[in-house]
Amino acid sequence: MMNKFNMALAAAALIGATGTAPALARDEIRIVGSSTVYPFSTVVAERFGKTTEFKTPVVESTGTGGGFKLFCAGAGENTPDISNASRAIKSSEIALCASNGVTEIVEVKVGYDGIVVANAKGATHFELSTRDLFLALAKDVPDENGGLTPNTAKTWRDVNPTLPATKIEVLGPPPTSGTRDAFAELAMESGCKSFAWVKDLKKTDKSKYKAICHSVREDGAYIEAGENDNLIVQKLVANENALGIFGFSFLDQNSDKVQASTIDGTEATFDNIADGSYAVSRPLFFYVKKAHVGVIPGLEEFVLAFIDEEATGEDGYLADRGLIPMSADEHTAQAAKVSNFEPLTH
Amino acid sequence: MTEQSYPPNLVTDAVDGVRKRHRKEIRFRLLGLSAILASLGFLVFFIASIVTTGYGAFVKTVVLVDVDLTLDSLGLEDGYTPKDLEEISYRTVARNAIRDMFPEVSGRSARRELTGLLGAGAEFELKDFVLKNPDLVGAPQSFWMTASDDFDLFNKGGAREETATQLSSQQKDWYRSLLRDSRVKTTFNASFLTASDSRDPELAGVWGAIKGSFFALGICLLLSFTVGVLAAIYLEEFAPKNRWTSLLEVNINNLAAVPSITYGLLGLAIFLGIFGLPRSASLVGGMVLALMTLPTIIISSRVSLQAVPPSIREAALGIGASHIQAVFHHVVPLALPGMLTGTIIGMARALGETAPLLMIGMVAFIADAPASVLDPASALPVQVYLWADSPERAFAEKTAGAILVLLAFLVAMNMAAVVLRKRFEKRW
Repeated sequence: MMNKFNMALAAAALIGATGTAPALARDEIRIVGSSTVYPFSTVVAERFGKTTEFKTPVVESTGTGGGFKLFCAGAGENTPDISNASRAIKSSEIALCASNGVTEIVEVKVGYDGIVVANAKGATHFELSTRDLFLALAKDVPDENGGLTPNTAKTWRDVNPTLPATKIEVLGPPPTSGTRDAFAELAMESGCKSFAWVKDLKKTDKSKYKAICHSVREDGAYIEAGENDNLIVQKLVANENALGIFGFSFLDQNSDKVQASTIDGTEATFDNIADGSYAVSRPLFFYVKKAHVGVIPGLEEFVLAFIDEEATGEDGYLADRGLIPMSADEHTAQAAKVSNFEPLTH
Repeated sequence: MTEQSYPPNLVTDAVDGVRKRHRKEIRFRLLGLSAILASLGFLVFFIASIVTTGYGAFVKTVVLVDVDLTLDSLGLEDGYTPKDLEEISYRTVARNAIRDMFPEVSGRSARRELTGLLGAGAEFELKDFVLKNPDLVGAPQSFWMTASDDFDLFNKGGAREETATQLSSQQKDWYRSLLRDSRVKTTFNASFLTASDSRDPELAGVWGAIKGSFFALGICLLLSFTVGVLAAIYLEEFAPKNRWTSLLEVNINNLAAVPSITYGLLGLAIFLGIFGLPRSASLVGGMVLALMTLPTIIISSRVSLQAVPPSIREAALGIGASHIQAVFHHVVPLALPGMLTGTIIGMARALGETAPLLMIGMVAFIADAPASVLDPASALPVQVYLWADSPERAFAEKTAGAILVLLAFLVAMNMAAVVLRKRFEKRW
């Protein structure tokens, strides 16, 4: 039986020994950041690995904020080269980067993403405005005279008499998600601003303005359904009364199961998001550490492959994956800017 | 009067009592049986739903495409070298092949829809085919090519109109005409087991994840088994029994119940932060998983050491063996089956963990299978997690397929535990 024991040890040692190749200098690109950009970033990475002599970049989905934390931890091989973001980098994040020695950051705009409010196909189709969404989901509702009352709306009819009398039940992403930030900023805030005094508040007391406009009610009308958008789609199919908030690419893939509500009279279609008429859409970015260009093999080539017409152009392969591309003019301008690796100025 | 008389109540009371006890027993048995049936029902439901969804991952739709491999269409001239064969634009050749099958299709978007019937890997498939069979170059050939994911779902879903809205009605017509010519069939999808992660469902496979899991578990076994068993032997056989060792014991028992993500945080701070080991490497994954399995192995090893009768130890000492000899020649071999069972169960738990791997960067899109323990790698449960989160519809069946592979490994490991126990177990 000692033999068996020895054999087990030898086998284990063998497994360990297969991994002795010294891989000290990193030869693959490391990408972190937004889960919204992840599906596009990975497609470009995979093609890049297949069509060039470089290794396939490794892409982690850490969320926009988590990505910047890793990205700004310093310059050098142990830190990521690129951070994906579903919003522009904040000045606080630039400052964090600078304090850790990451001074030159190149911003690359990838395209746009729409956030849709959808329900099961076959259920009543909703025609919403951003004001309806705000009144249905805000924690405290302002009135016309400058007062705030806790939100008591139970059904959509309470919010807007033209809407059906179904219970307000909205499935959406948790606060850690960039989609939730963007929804609060684009949909809720725009509905919130329809109250004149709140709009004025923005100039005088910005943090109170944000608290009013971005706070989502916590009494069960808004249900945090996790980061997995597939799960939200499944739950919508199971519950005809519920509405769900998720990214356009999931609507695109599940158009037989769910239908998107119109927002401010505009349908959530590819064209409407691309030309900017659909209200709830946002730009997607990635940020490159300039100090790593020329050090990490393939980094420059990867960035150029990403902004190539074939990838992010109007008929690029990312458009097939649900990315809303920039217009031809914007794309050309972006490509020209990025090909020089001009860092952000601050 | 010699006859003894009993109070009448005593008999009926006793009979009642017996009945009551029997009823109690029956109730308890029924409860136990229903508990087992309920959990069995859940298990059957779980397995059935995964097998019915995951079955699709192991088969794929292929289309018979006539590829024009004449020198002219490949852009080759007589006397071409093997190197020339590698540099052909196979993307164009594949596109032309499917377009030639439907010559009536014109217009940019219609032609794009047409090429959308073929999988994203068509060009690479074609390239492999040509490089493997260079003698076939020069004449038109017929060749089974992998279909795109939407087409695949439509075919496997019985081509019902309501499935696969991703396909246009024209694409569905093309499918029907291909089906009439028997140019569509479903075959075993070997690439699901031999390919690594991909963002195209028809190309994605679990090989990279299996390899990553294998590396991580190897490291984990190496570290946790040696350290765990040595710690258990020392604590059980050599350590003095005092306040410090009992404190240590309590702490080890507590560690076994710590949430697994904590070990990930520890790994991030120490292995990546202080030792500067590479992120996403299966070496670090294995080290973190080893920390997690250590307490389990120490506890089970100590229990199996305790189960060895003291007479064996005493007999060895009695005929002059040293303490070390008694332990390593007699006690440990007898305790080994129990230690191995505990280790395998700990390993099986480590195989299914994602939380600690999240912190050290193994939850990532990694398209190249790792070649060593220092290369970036994912693991099987990570693959399940990533695919479940992908927008493409066809990843649902890949997710279930990966779960099936994971379950197969778990069953194999648990079977090994049972076999080891049965084979080496000693009863006293």
